[in-house]
Amino acid sequence: MGVLSTADVPGPSHFTVPLLLCEHCDTVYQRLPLARGDVVRCVRCGAVIERHQSLSVFTLLALAMTALLVFVEANLWPIITLGLNGKKISTTLWGVILAMWHEDGQIISVLVAVTLFLFPLVNLLGMVWLLGFACKGRCAPGFRSWMVGLHYLHPWTMSEVFVLGVIVSVIKAHLYFEVSLEPGFFAYAVLIVLLALFASVDLRQLWELVPWQSNVESPE
Amino acid sequence: MNHLPRASELGLIHCHVCGMVCCHVSPGEATCPRCGVVLRERKLASYARSWALLVAGFLFYIPANVLPIMRTASLGNVDDNTILSGVIELWVRGSPGLAIIVFTASILVPMTKFFVLAALLVSARHNSDWARPQRAKLYRLVEIMGYWSMLDVFIVALLATLVHFGIFSLVAPLPGVIFFGLTVVMTMLASTSFDPRMIWDDERQR
Repeated sequence: MGVLSTADVPGPSHFTVPLLLCEHCDTVYQRLPLARGDVVRCVRCGAVIERHQSLSVFTLLALAMTALLVFVEANLWPIITLGLNGKKISTTLWGVILAMWHEDGQIISVLVAVTLFLFPLVNLLGMVWLLGFACKGRCAPGFRSWMVGLHYLHPWTMSEVFVLGVIVSVIKAHLYFEVSLEPGFFAYAVLIVLLALFASVDLRQLWELVPWQSNVESPE
Repeated sequence: MNHLPRASELGLIHCHVCGMVCCHVSPGEATCPRCGVVLRERKLASYARSWALLVAGFLFYIPANVLPIMRTASLGNVDDNTILSGVIELWVRGSPGLAIIVFTASILVPMTKFFVLAALLVSARHNSDWARPQRAKLYRLVEIMGYWSMLDVFIVALLATLVHFGIFSLVAPLPGVIFFGLTVVMTMLASTSFDPRMIWDDERQR
């Protein structure tokens, strides 16, 4: 192995001075304890390196579970209904995915399914799973794989964009049809507020909070 | 400005997944002792990959704009809209605010991404020391705004699903929207492949 941490159990604290690296320019800093509301910015490039994590693991779990529940509702209930001459039609997210699939828009169907259903769902399930075990001070089975996986799929969850898309569609369709917003839309609105709360949360803190090495997967 | 040490000068390496800082003792491939991913000083083939994906994104962007993205039909009137004509229609029909939102997401953001990423790639390759902090900021901007371009794809998908009233009115997706979706995916991949540390890489030799 070409890399050595300075102690057997790795972790930033095992250097005599804890270190922090800017991901955007590789500048090395000494890591200092942060107070509530502190944000560490790189002096060289200005990127945010670290934020104080003010929400406890318990709060995060509660938020993640709420978000998961709201996500299920957002997907079960119809989002909008259009009406014309007494005819009414409404759709859920899955309705959109299936309709696109049958209208020669398979690529669009897959894009929608992945960015609005699969990745957000896996993301929320993963958070509930990891945080649920972390609350008990334990390491979730598959901890490493979940942490790595969630890191990669995070940029590909697009629920916020979808909500803006629904708003634009409503106004566009309003020119020709009677449009009414359905419960699914409001569930989505709540969901993106919850997801916005997670925006400043760095799940990497779990590496330091959870005794991850003690069981299940030992590093090769 | 006093000298800020960089990881390579101190023999350190940073795990891009879990954030762990490790000592880099010998060259060659190594994995992160904490999360197990391969550690690299720089993203793999960042320059080439980023260019390739950006060019691919741009190539998809041409049919995305030339081909219509959505067909609206009502009472025998068939109307095929491209991205731009959709924006114009919104503007004319009295929702200039929405027209601006859609214009920003579908035209301004992708075009900005093409220009900014290309400029960042060229300047990084030439080790330019021009406006480094501003270039770093531009990169972060591109990274944040990238996925909002998906807006038009979602709008077309939603409207096409909803408006199915038989022969009286119909909204159907057309191939342009597929190319547009691919553009967004390619440019997102291009910006994640770009390594912002390239912007600063020549500074230490100065």
